[in-house]
Amino acid sequence: MAVLQQDHQAARAGSASRRITPLGVLYLVLFLLGLLAPWVAYPVFLMKILCFALFASAFNLLLGFVGLLSFGHAAFLATGAYITGFLLAEYPGLSPALGIVAGTLGAVVLGTLFGALAIRRQGIYFAMITLALAQMMFFFFIQAPFTHGEDGLHGVPRGELFGVFDLADNHTLYYVVFAIFVAAFALIRRVVHSPFGQVLKAIRENEPRAISLGYHTDAYKLVAFVLSAGLAGLAGATKTLVFQLASLGDASWHMSGEVILMTLLGGVGTLLGPLVGSGLVIGLQHQLAQSALGDWVSVILGAIFVVCVLSFRSGIIGECQRWIARRQQREEK
Amino acid sequence: MTMILGIPLMVLFGQLMLGLINGAFYALLSLGLAVIFGLLRIINFAHGAQYMLGAFAALLGAQYLGLNYWAALIVVPLVVGALGIVVERFLLRRIQHLDHLYGLLLTFGLALILEGTLVNLFGVSGSSYPIPEALSGGFKLSFMFLPTYRAWVLVAALVVCFGVWFLIERTRLGAYLRAGTENPELVQAFGINVPLMVSLTYGLGVALAAFAGVLAAPLYPVSPTMGSSLLIVVFAVVVIGGMGSILGAILTGLAMGLIEGLTKVFYPEAANTVIFVVMVMVLMLRPAGLFGKEA
Repeated sequence: MAVLQQDHQAARAGSASRRITPLGVLYLVLFLLGLLAPWVAYPVFLMKILCFALFASAFNLLLGFVGLLSFGHAAFLATGAYITGFLLAEYPGLSPALGIVAGTLGAVVLGTLFGALAIRRQGIYFAMITLALAQMMFFFFIQAPFTHGEDGLHGVPRGELFGVFDLADNHTLYYVVFAIFVAAFALIRRVVHSPFGQVLKAIRENEPRAISLGYHTDAYKLVAFVLSAGLAGLAGATKTLVFQLASLGDASWHMSGEVILMTLLGGVGTLLGPLVGSGLVIGLQHQLAQSALGDWVSVILGAIFVVCVLSFRSGIIGECQRWIARRQQREEK
Repeated sequence: MTMILGIPLMVLFGQLMLGLINGAFYALLSLGLAVIFGLLRIINFAHGAQYMLGAFAALLGAQYLGLNYWAALIVVPLVVGALGIVVERFLLRRIQHLDHLYGLLLTFGLALILEGTLVNLFGVSGSSYPIPEALSGGFKLSFMFLPTYRAWVLVAALVVCFGVWFLIERTRLGAYLRAGTENPELVQAFGINVPLMVSLTYGLGVALAAFAGVLAAPLYPVSPTMGSSLLIVVFAVVVIGGMGSILGAILTGLAMGLIEGLTKVFYPEAANTVIFVVMVMVLMLRPAGLFGKEA
C-alpha cells in the first residue's frame, strides 16, 4: 500500500510539474523564436534550415529510436522533391498543398517498397542495402524523362495556398513551412512518446527480446521506416516549394551522408538534436560558401564527422542532457 | 559476321570482356571489404577513396618520381596499405568496442576528407595514365580483338584474388585470422598478438584496394570521384554475395561484372541499375546473400 501511495504521489507531482517543465518552456521559447525569426534573418535561409531539420528529424526517428541506420534517405527526399516539382510545373493551376501531399505519398510508397526489402537484414547490411537502393533511384532520376536529367526541374511555381495565401512572398511561405515543420515535429514527438514508440525503443535495445515478448518487430520496423520515409519526402516536397527547384543533388548519396552528419552532430536519439545539427551544418555551409574556404566544405564536413564519431558521439544535445543529468545527481547527493 | 540473338558476335564478346574486367575490379574491392569486415567487423566506407588513392599515387609517382608501372604495382599498395595501418592504429582502434555502425560512419568521414582534398588539388575532370609499353597492343582472336592490357588486368586480378584466398583459407596465418574473427580473446590467450593482426588485416584490405587502383589507372580516367560511385556498386555486390566467404566475394564480383556487360548489349538503359536489381531479387529469395550464412 505504501508503495502504491508513493507512486500516486509521484504521479501527482509528475502531472503537476508537467505543466511547467523546463522542456515545455524551451519548446515555447523555440516556437516564439521561430515565429519571430523571419523578421531578423533571411527567410529563405531559415526555410532551408527548417526543411533540413525536418529531414534530419525524420532520419533520426529511424536511427535514434529504432536503431536502424539508413544510408539512403536521400532517395525519399528526392522522390518528394521531384514528384512535387513535376506536378506543380506541369499543372500550373494545381494547389501547392496537393503537390506536397502527392510528393509525400510518393515517398511513402517508395518507403514501403524499400523498407520491406531492407528490414530483412540488420546493422551494417541494412545501411548498405538502403544505400544501394537509393543509388538505384539516383540512376532512375538521371534517366527518367520527367526529371530533365542533369539539369533538374527549374522554376517550379510556388502558387497560392488554398487560393488565398500568395506563396511568392517569402514571409508568407516561411509561415507555411514553419507550420509544416511544427506539425511534423509534433507528430514525431507524439510517436516517440507513444506505446508504439516504446516498442521501437525496445527493438533498438534488444530485438530478440522484443520478439520473445511477442512483438512482430518486422511490422514495427516497417511502419517506422515508412513514417520516416514519408516525412523525409515531405521535407523534399517543401524544399522544392522553397527553392522552386528539384535536382539530382537531392538524390545523391552525399545527401544521405549529410543528413547522418546533421543528426550525429546534434545528437542521435534526441528530439532537438537534428534541429541543432541541421542548423549548424546549413549555417556552416552558408558561411563557408562565402569565404575562401568554400571549396573545402566537404573536407571540413568529413573532419567534423570523424571528430563526432571519435569524441562526442552523443552529439551536442546529448552531451547537454548528460551534463544536466550529472548535475541533478550531484544535487540529490 | 556471325550473329547471336541479333547481336554481332564481336560486340557480344567485346562487352563480355569489358564486363569481366569490371567484374575483376568488383572482385578485388569486395574481397578487400570482406577481409576487413572479417576481423574488424567494419564496413570500410573509405575503400573507394583508398582505391582512388592507389590510382592517384601511381599517376603522381610517375609524374614526379619517375615511378614506372611495374614498380607502382608493388610500391603503391605498400604505401597506401601503410597509411591504412596508421588509420587503424590511431582512429579505428578507438571505436573498436562500439557498435559497428560507428566504424562505417568514421570511414565515411575519412572518405569525404580524402575525396574533397583531391578534388581541390586536382579538380574533378581526371587525367590519364599511359598503358605500359610491354602491355600495349593486343591479340587478334578469331571472334574478337583482345587488348593485352585488359587481358593482363584480368589475369593479375585473378592471381591476387586467389592468392589472398589461399593465404586466408589454407595457411597457418590465415587460420589465426579466422580464429581471431570467431573469438579474439581466446586467440589472444594463446599468445597471438591480435591487435597487430587487426592492423595488418586492415592494411592488407587497403592495399588490395590500392592495387586495384593501380590496375585501373591506365583503363579509366584517374579522378578523385572514381572510387565513390564504384564503391556503392561493390556494396551491392557484397550484399548479393553475402559477407560470409572470401570465395563468394570473388565469384560474385566476376559474375556481376558479366551480368552488367550482358545488360549493356541487350538493354543498355538498365546497365547502371542491373546489379541493384539483382540485389533486390537476391534479398527477396535469400536475404543472407548467395554465399552468406544466416546470421
